[in-house]
Amino acid sequence: MWQFFHKLGSPKWFFGISARFMPWLLAGGVLLLMAGVVWGLAFAPKDYLQGNSYRIIFIHVPTAFMAQSIYIMMASAAVVTLVWRMKLADVFVKAVAPVGLVLTFLALFTGAVWGKPTWGTWWIWDARLTSMLILLFLYGGVIALDRAINDEKSAARAVAVLVLVGVVNIPIIKYSVEWWNTLHQPASFKLTEKPTMPPEMWVPLLLSVLGLYLIFGWLACIRMQTEILSREQRTRWVKEFVMRGRS
Amino acid sequence: MNAEARPEVRLASSSVGALAAMKGVFARDMKVAFRQRQDLLNPLLFFIMVVTLFPLGVSPEVSFLREAGAGILWVAALLSVLLSLDHLFRHDFDDGTLEQLVLQPQPLFLLILAKTIAHWMLTGLPLVVLTPVLGVMVHLDGNSIAVLCLTLLIGTPVLSLIGAIGAALTLGLRSAGVLLSLLIIPLYIPVLIFGTGTVAAAAEGAAVGAYLALLGAFLMLALTLAPFAAAAALKISLSNG
Amino acid sequence: MRFTHRPDYGALMSEPLLQAVNLQCERDKRILFRELSFSILPGTVTRVEGPNGSGKTTLLRILAGLNDAWTGELKWRGSPVDSQREEFLRNMLYLGHRPGIKPLLTPLENLRALMAGRRQVSDAALRQALQGTGLAGFENVPCRNLSAGQQRRVALARLLIADEPLWLLDEVFTAIDADGVQALEALLLQRAAEGGAVLVTTHHDLDLPGMHKLTLGAGGLSDEC
Repeated sequence: MWQFFHKLGSPKWFFGISARFMPWLLAGGVLLLMAGVVWGLAFAPKDYLQGNSYRIIFIHVPTAFMAQSIYIMMASAAVVTLVWRMKLADVFVKAVAPVGLVLTFLALFTGAVWGKPTWGTWWIWDARLTSMLILLFLYGGVIALDRAINDEKSAARAVAVLVLVGVVNIPIIKYSVEWWNTLHQPASFKLTEKPTMPPEMWVPLLLSVLGLYLIFGWLACIRMQTEILSREQRTRWVKEFVMRGRS
Repeated sequence: MNAEARPEVRLASSSVGALAAMKGVFARDMKVAFRQRQDLLNPLLFFIMVVTLFPLGVSPEVSFLREAGAGILWVAALLSVLLSLDHLFRHDFDDGTLEQLVLQPQPLFLLILAKTIAHWMLTGLPLVVLTPVLGVMVHLDGNSIAVLCLTLLIGTPVLSLIGAIGAALTLGLRSAGVLLSLLIIPLYIPVLIFGTGTVAAAAEGAAVGAYLALLGAFLMLALTLAPFAAAAALKISLSNG
Repeated sequence: MRFTHRPDYGALMSEPLLQAVNLQCERDKRILFRELSFSILPGTVTRVEGPNGSGKTTLLRILAGLNDAWTGELKWRGSPVDSQREEFLRNMLYLGHRPGIKPLLTPLENLRALMAGRRQVSDAALRQALQGTGLAGFENVPCRNLSAGQQRRVALARLLIADEPLWLLDEVFTAIDADGVQALEALLLQRAAEGGAVLVTTHHDLDLPGMHKLTLGAGGLSDEC
């Protein structure tokens, strides 16, 4: 069991195994995302209230969803880092934090673009947008701390502590921002609430979420591989790998 | 040396309890702080100055200040605590007392708790004491000032406790001060929201008991979790240095 | 030579206080040491030797539990240190590069604060320890007004009231004058004679009778992990 666990954590093993299923992740992801987005943008019915502008949810919702779930994944990896000191978990956190940051930014951006036609303004201190903005800050903090510490083991563990502190705070932040929002704003902007969505709308949405998940998987793998190569650049297997690629 | 000649090992037998150890840490931090009183005044002066900026920079109108006053004071208090956090472990780290603290045969999170309590009594508490004066200057009414003081009294220890995690994580890093703010400000948001929200509710004449209880819950949560996280972070930072 | 057979007692005597098995430490992708195994027996003074950058300080910090970027095993009296952290800390005294002295406090206050979490020591005993390190008359002068050597002596005063059997001393001879060095050497020997164990790193030419040596190499780059 222990042996297996260690093997699972071995960067070299990961490098070999990930190369095998990465093409499938990419192909599946692109296929699903395309299907979802094309269906959503071109064929799904108009919203009776917002018309066509709502269609941005086929991009907005998947990115927002991914941005949040990446943080949860990072927190799980952080536990593994602190408890079992598995190298691969450090690599994962370091590799996906910038992806999370970019997706959070995309979610905010698409939210703003969506806000212009619906609310008549680019930015509004809506509870969800504000929560996403704070999530962006949290990602920024994680990346900044990681960059600031030279020693890679210390950096990994310090980042793990920060991510865990953040994940404990996320529900509190979300709750307090919602409370703050109801305190300051009369409930006039409740357009984002979708009581009943017909299947023609949510099926493509589901497809694009799944597609983005798979693409994230592929991106995480490729970024982890890069990180592993740079960390283990002096080991024999990496040298052999590089030589093989050159010949 | 031959083995026969060796005398018997005597292990250290007695040890003091954790409470006495905490008292020792607390007493030393207080003593050091009072030997350098200027450092105690700095966050207070900063607090006053930040509050002064708002009437000058935005508007001195009574209606504006009355509405924004609680928020201004809360933000200023938050920033002054943030400013003082860098000192929490830095001097101890530089002169080696932090190493000796970690090596005490005591649970580290309790020692950190003692340090954090000292930090709060030296920064947060004076801010609370100063609040009524500044509250009058931003035209808050008596009831709002009382509620504001109460929220700061419960809220500033949370700021110190969460801040201790950030201070421990950024210990010994270049530009630690800015980094510390980046890491910690997002985590301060709930406290800020409920701190100012409580005052706003009081101004509208609503009952504030539930809000204060919620702030109290934040304090309890921070008291139980933050010292552990800070202890873990401190060990990581020391290991690096 | 008299040969007495004392099975139980003898077994206790030779039990190492501290044991390191296969220690390996890597720092910034450079291996400081690997497969480092040794035992620290009671009644010994051991000098950790090696060129600059060979990891002497790091080794002492690892043994003290300040640095945890290592692999291998550390045992305190036969069982892993991790499982008896507080017990280990109670019995270990570490003095590092940085003396652990607050410049704003007086020697007496510093010493009192350092002992606060360990055990109760009367002020009289603290004063006596300070006098023992030649700081008589300076007990109530803020440490920032003392010289580097005097500040170092404040830290060293702890050795005079120490009841911890294991001492890990990193560069303690720094800034100490000739008389002080002699007194310190005598103290280390006396400690060993009392059954304690001392690990010391120093640039000063330390050669005590019966001293053990632990030599660290120049290290090397890590290859296969």
